[in-house]
Amino acid sequence: MMRFCVLQNSRGLHSQLKDSVPVAGLCPQGAYGMQDSLRSGFTSVKNELLPSHPLELSEKNFQLNQDKMNYSTLRNIQGLHAPLKLQMEYRAARQIQRLPFLPSSNLALDTLRGSDESIGFEDILSDPAQSEVMGEPHMMVEYKLGLL
Amino acid sequence: MATVAVSRPPLGGFSFDNCKRNAILQGEANKVGFNLPAARKTGTTICGVVFKDGVVLGADTRATEGMIVADKNCSKIHYISPNIYCCGAGTAADTEMTTQIISSNLELHALSTGRLPRVATANRMLKQMLFRYQGYIGAALVLGGVDCNGPHLYSIYPHGSTDKLPYVTMGSGSLAAMAVFEDRYKPNMEEGEAKQLVHDAIAAGIFNDLGSGSNIDLCVITKGSVDYIRPHDEANKKGVRTGDYKYRRGTTTVLTKAVNPLDLELVEESIQTMDTS
Repeated sequence: MMRFCVLQNSRGLHSQLKDSVPVAGLCPQGAYGMQDSLRSGFTSVKNELLPSHPLELSEKNFQLNQDKMNYSTLRNIQGLHAPLKLQMEYRAARQIQRLPFLPSSNLALDTLRGSDESIGFEDILSDPAQSEVMGEPHMMVEYKLGLL
Repeated sequence: MATVAVSRPPLGGFSFDNCKRNAILQGEANKVGFNLPAARKTGTTICGVVFKDGVVLGADTRATEGMIVADKNCSKIHYISPNIYCCGAGTAADTEMTTQIISSNLELHALSTGRLPRVATANRMLKQMLFRYQGYIGAALVLGGVDCNGPHLYSIYPHGSTDKLPYVTMGSGSLAAMAVFEDRYKPNMEEGEAKQLVHDAIAAGIFNDLGSGSNIDLCVITKGSVDYIRPHDEANKKGVRTGDYKYRRGTTTVLTKAVNPLDLELVEESIQTMDTS
């Protein structure tokens, strides 16, 4: 188990791109891999490409954009070394995690970000620790290692 | 139960999974002419005024759900910190959750700095959160308090803009209340005068706007003390019934009386304790 903790998350950057768009028809959402017509209506390219709510994309990338903004301000004020040092610490803290299908406390990450001193909607709504479904362990680990 | 194939660990916060389904349901319902239930709003009159030693906040107490009064006596003046209170208009759940989140954040912040929180801090936190959600959180707030720099009063709109003014009104009855303020406001009023002014402004909103009603709540914040007066005045009292439809015993004469006793045997008696935990 310790072996997995050391390897990098090779998917990290790609899945967080703002314009990473799910491909229609190849892997439809819904249980059993079938299109769930009752809940999401008929398949259409427009349905798959456009976000279902104007806030969806902005919320998905909110943390990233905040970080980018903060790092660039810090670079302008204190020089290049400041964001580099912080990002190094951030990457080190991000590696201290359990396997992807288990909930991690992210204590070091929270302390670095300062989110241990604030409460937002991400702490109250849809708490991942109380989620009703669990990811399939083998698939999630394979995805993390880039073997999928 | 089928396992859902997720490749990334789930994040907390708002989930937009049901938006497409809701849009489809809305479309289907409109085709048949059926209206989906509306969110409970606080069609409201809220206002605040800065006087010599502090701030007076006022609010009515009616919560509406479309055309029906959902709550005749709801509390619209929310606690943020011991020296800061906030009145909320708009969607009731949004104002409630937003003020609670900001209150928690301000408490953590105050513990971290070791000082009494400032009204400007609460204002900044609220406006940044509301702007992040681009107006989809329908909370229009009047934030008032007294801190180390004196009394402050802010009005915060759902899209995230704020105004720092000596007197503000929000909600559906805001125009009626603002009319009273524009007529009778003067700077550096006494506490009694300020309370009377806010009372009259809310009363104007209650009597001239359908979305506001019931009682008037006041909150007087001065340096070191808060006076939460709920209710300050019951502007809309429910009437007392003047007539009584109960008949006296003996109004109808009894002609005959027949009594049949039922003989029942006790077969079995068992005691089941109720789970009251």
